[in-house]
Amino acid sequence: MRNAASWGRFPVASETVLAQRWRGDSLPQAPAGKTLLPYGLGRSYGDSCLNDGQAVVATRLLRRLISFDAERGVLRCEAGTSLAEILEFAIPRGWFLPVTPGTRFVTVGGAVANDVHGKNHHVAGNFGRFVNGFELLRSCGGRQWCSRRENAGWFHATVGGLGLTGLITQAEVRLKPIRNRLIDCETIRYGTLEEFFALSLESEPGYEYLVAWVDATAKGSQAGRGLLMRGNHNGELPMESAPAERQLRMPFDFPGFVINRYTIQAFNTLYFRRQRGSRKCSRVDLYPFFYPLDSIAEWNRMYGRSGFLQWQCLVPLDRGPDALREILESIGRSGQGSFLAVMKTMGGIPPEGNLTFSGRGVTLALDLRNAPAVFSLLERLDRVVAEAGGKLYPAKDARMSAAHFQRFYPNWNEHCRWMDPAFSSSFWRRVSHA
Amino acid sequence: MRKILVCGAASGIAEALGRRLAAEGCALALAGRNAERLAAMRGDLALRGAAAVHTYALDLRKTGCHAELIETAAAAMEGLDTLVLAHGILGDQEKAVADFAVARDVLETNFLSSVSLLTVAANRFAAQQSGQIVVFGSVAGDRGRQSNYVYGASKGALEIFCQGLRNRLAKRQVNILLVKPGFVDTAMTAHLPKNALFASPERVAADIHRAMRQRKDVIYTPGFWKWVMLAVRLIPEPVFKRMRL
Repeated sequence: MRNAASWGRFPVASETVLAQRWRGDSLPQAPAGKTLLPYGLGRSYGDSCLNDGQAVVATRLLRRLISFDAERGVLRCEAGTSLAEILEFAIPRGWFLPVTPGTRFVTVGGAVANDVHGKNHHVAGNFGRFVNGFELLRSCGGRQWCSRRENAGWFHATVGGLGLTGLITQAEVRLKPIRNRLIDCETIRYGTLEEFFALSLESEPGYEYLVAWVDATAKGSQAGRGLLMRGNHNGELPMESAPAERQLRMPFDFPGFVINRYTIQAFNTLYFRRQRGSRKCSRVDLYPFFYPLDSIAEWNRMYGRSGFLQWQCLVPLDRGPDALREILESIGRSGQGSFLAVMKTMGGIPPEGNLTFSGRGVTLALDLRNAPAVFSLLERLDRVVAEAGGKLYPAKDARMSAAHFQRFYPNWNEHCRWMDPAFSSSFWRRVSHA
Repeated sequence: MRKILVCGAASGIAEALGRRLAAEGCALALAGRNAERLAAMRGDLALRGAAAVHTYALDLRKTGCHAELIETAAAAMEGLDTLVLAHGILGDQEKAVADFAVARDVLETNFLSSVSLLTVAANRFAAQQSGQIVVFGSVAGDRGRQSNYVYGASKGALEIFCQGLRNRLAKRQVNILLVKPGFVDTAMTAHLPKNALFASPERVAADIHRAMRQRKDVIYTPGFWKWVMLAVRLIPEPVFKRMRL
């Protein structure tokens, strides 16, 4: 058994670590009476990648590329391949991920199991839409290819299925063509929540990528103010090699007091004021545009040893402004604040996964240093989300109640039918009890 | 373009090294026990840029097949300029102490099969007056310790053999690189509890790759093992024999 934590470093679990080294190998045997959970790069924030007291199957050795159709951009690779490794292969050949989360240090298997989304959700939907199929290895001896045509039930249960339906050993993904590594980006400073919604809706048709950083310390009429970034791939310039990226590393766990209401407020105010004009156009490389935090290895240590909680909600568009105002004001009043609050409108393209975090609406993601007061604050926010008919993102959750999860995902019970009887997770045990 | 035969190609370090060599556009011949695993590697390395990837599933302990393996690989790649010997087993020291058959298995796999491959390849490289041979030794070969002296003896013997070969072939522009990894997090050590001394196979492969370019004679990887093993070697035997190592 060994101690393990997810990216949020809360909670801490004790697990037996097994490894799958070759895709043709049979599933590793869990110690008697213990369940298994696939584990890739551990970038889920909460406990959906943990299996406390049980076992995990590490998938990172499954990182071989299998085939690439250079005409159509279809890549087949093993499930532990990271998106970073895919990009290293694909970008020089003129291809990019059709959907990417805010870090490239996740595995393909994890991207499928969480049916991740990105800054282009309003036009592209979730990751699973670009997955042609995958091989699922189950404890009862089965090894099956799952796609929209073959074993479709397993396909839709496994996309967004939180790793509970079996081990994905390999997957086939459709990439998208790009001309070069550049994004033409415009950053707009806006002052109110109304402006955010107006700007977002106005930008959706003409901009593939859309996201706003929010000053989560602002109160009253300023609640929701921030910087909206909208961008498109540059379609003109030729492909150049990647600019040298300075890799920094968080050298140690910051003492807990470093992140407090004053430092957070100061940072947010400075960040909000960082550009002089209200609009700024720039041409930036893919990596800093999509993965600003990836250049600081182990940035999660900033929050100290006790870690932090991520919280990401999605609220339907018609209830969005009221619910978000209430949420942002609660956070502003609480003085908890967040360095990295992000807000974006999400699109209505139906996802492939039964439990996918998706839907037409507006999503807000925050991170808050782990402290006792945070739990009661987030519980209050959960209620606002529930009343607005919204939901929370399991990949970022470490504490939502079972009642709330079951309300957010009313078809959760059906997922049990597809689950591998030998698989479980800390998250699932927490949210699936009566 | 370099033409490289890798024995024990599916080992963790060899696979990581293979990815680096593939990215350089080398032609690769992979020898190992399991055909399915070699096939998985072939697809991966070809996509990562290898000029060609050939696979040979065989048991390298059977020394009778070595000359043919080297011939076939050289024919398939239209030449051979580098041989990497990465095959090996750790063996179970407790069993090997009790049972010579187990010890013999370790010595045959790690030492004798390597001597056979080295003999064939060395003569070939001597004749063509060029070539490089990369041999995986171990820090365990630097001094016999009660916890792993059978494995250590197989790697230590290999080092002496390589020294002699290097001495013989230096005049023929053939480089013999002996690599001494410390603890590496691979299938060979999967049963051991991990600590800060363990290095990733990628890290070790990067060191080997650099040493290959520099045509070094002997490297420790990660580099700090050089100093650790210097200290271990300097302990006087009367003291050393009383220690529990």
